[in-house]
Amino acid sequence: MSLRDSLARSLHAPLDDVSAEAGFAEDHPPRMGFFTDTSVCIGCKACEVACKQWNDVPDDGYALTGMSYDNTEALGSTTWRHVAFIEKPATVTSTDLGLPGMGPPGFEGYESGVPHGEDQSTASGEGGLTWLMSSDVCKHCTHAACLDVCPTGSLFRTEFGTVVVQPDICNGCGYCVPACPYGVIDLDKEDGRAFKCTLCYDRLKDNQTPACAQACPTESIQFGEVSELRERAAGRVAELHEKGVDVARLYGADPEDGVGGDGAFFLLLDEPEVYGLPPDPVVTTRDLGAMWRHVGAAAGLLGALAAAAFAGRGR
Amino acid sequence: MVPEPEFESYYGRQIIKTPTWKTPDVPVYLFVGGMAGGSALLAEGAALTGRPGLECVARAAAAGGAVVGTVALVHDLGRPSRFLNMLRVFKPTSPLSVGTFILAPFGGLSAVAFASHLTGRVPRIGRLAGAGAALLGAPLVTYTAALVANTAVPAWHEAHRELPFAFAGSGASAAGGVAMVFAPHAESGPGATLAMSGAAVELVATATMERRMGLVGEPYRIGRPGLLMKVARGLTVGGAVLTPFGARRPALRRLAGAAYVAGSVVFRFGVFEAGIASAKDPKYVVIPQRERLQARREEQARTTEAH
Repeated sequence: MSLRDSLARSLHAPLDDVSAEAGFAEDHPPRMGFFTDTSVCIGCKACEVACKQWNDVPDDGYALTGMSYDNTEALGSTTWRHVAFIEKPATVTSTDLGLPGMGPPGFEGYESGVPHGEDQSTASGEGGLTWLMSSDVCKHCTHAACLDVCPTGSLFRTEFGTVVVQPDICNGCGYCVPACPYGVIDLDKEDGRAFKCTLCYDRLKDNQTPACAQACPTESIQFGEVSELRERAAGRVAELHEKGVDVARLYGADPEDGVGGDGAFFLLLDEPEVYGLPPDPVVTTRDLGAMWRHVGAAAGLLGALAAAAFAGRGR
Repeated sequence: MVPEPEFESYYGRQIIKTPTWKTPDVPVYLFVGGMAGGSALLAEGAALTGRPGLECVARAAAAGGAVVGTVALVHDLGRPSRFLNMLRVFKPTSPLSVGTFILAPFGGLSAVAFASHLTGRVPRIGRLAGAGAALLGAPLVTYTAALVANTAVPAWHEAHRELPFAFAGSGASAAGGVAMVFAPHAESGPGATLAMSGAAVELVATATMERRMGLVGEPYRIGRPGLLMKVARGLTVGGAVLTPFGARRPALRRLAGAAYVAGSVVFRFGVFEAGIASAKDPKYVVIPQRERLQARREEQARTTEAH
């Protein structure tokens, strides 16, 4: 394999085995991740609470944002799961997404006006609002910019293919913060170090499900092997399209995308930016070769300018 | 005036995080890194051509800049006591790691070279150290462009081709400017030449960058960073205009040198703040990505049609 191919593979091209690329032996565990199916998210925030509790993440105080029911605002050093709430005027007709409704199984109670068996994009009440809810999390990218730029080696790839910060190494340089194309990781102002979702590394090592997925009452957050989750997600989209939910689309599931696919990906019911996600994220290190080439050429030019400044002047 | 493109966002919130790098720490580091690296080159030129006055000033600027830069970088850390963790790995994918391994030896070598020049002791080791510092000088000036460009910050990342040249020019004009202010007039001619050519490179690279970047280049033109960029350009052009008149007038050469230095300082603050502004506004993230996505879909549609 040429150097160019090998660089492309480690920096941005599709990559089958992230753990092996990071140096783990052949018998490492499969890549684990999340498939967050937002079409069945009910916005209960159990994931946020479970995450805080298990990981002992500090609280963020109490603030009302006016952003629908979202008072968490965004992912950050003390928020590793964030439920977004989007209110839009109703344009979508109701569709049975197979959620449990009120009443006995098989009971179709549309006439009663009770919303049942319907997804978030169903018009609710008199105002005719559609609701979109989505639990956001670190994407555990195949090509993780935060990990690439970390100068201390604090951020590392685990045997499960996830991306984790080692708090005992991090010196708070903050390079990972602007490197993340999703705006996930942040420095804790009080503590000085960077923090983000670990995909419950400690629980994974004990064959446990991450806290958020464990707590999710609707299986909106599904945990498992990434390869299996990708198949499940493709099936779910096909199912929704069949039912006429044309707006359903996967986000982060494509290994050909700008970050080589996410270890934690989503089924969305609107454009990514509506949820506060970048529509076409690209890992910054895809341009690393071009950057270093230009840095080198500019350094050469500077040397030439300095030499020219003395040339022809004699002593 | 181009109409403001429409885009959707989550309650207008930014998508990427605002860089946590502090100001003035980081813009000051960008400046002193450029000034110190350029000065190490000037010092070696001065030593080779027998200009002890210029050599003394340039060696002092290189060593002093390395000290100030290191202090600024360590102060910027969330956990300054752990700065040595920077040295536990070397990662070419992290310009901050590469930069650490440029700055650390540069600091040591330039300090030895300056001390030797000042005291007259171990002259051979001093010259060897000075040559080493000069070799590391040019990369020290330009790597900082990769440092800011290797992020998801739109105004920095999209500038990754021109920024190294703009930083090289800015570093040259800062180093030349310091020499013009502090070195004896009879010896500071090379400083003036370096500053002038550096200013030209910086101005051309910055203009090319702003023209090519389109919407993402907007933060360099508007608001506070836009103002800083304009002031920087004014100072640098001012220095360049004054330089020829300073050839026989020491006071004018000092004034021109000071303008170059000030221009370089303000330029670094302008670039830094333009990046911050582009991170805070979701439009600089969403609109270019949406356009990229759209273009790709159209391209795909065309290829499917062709088949």
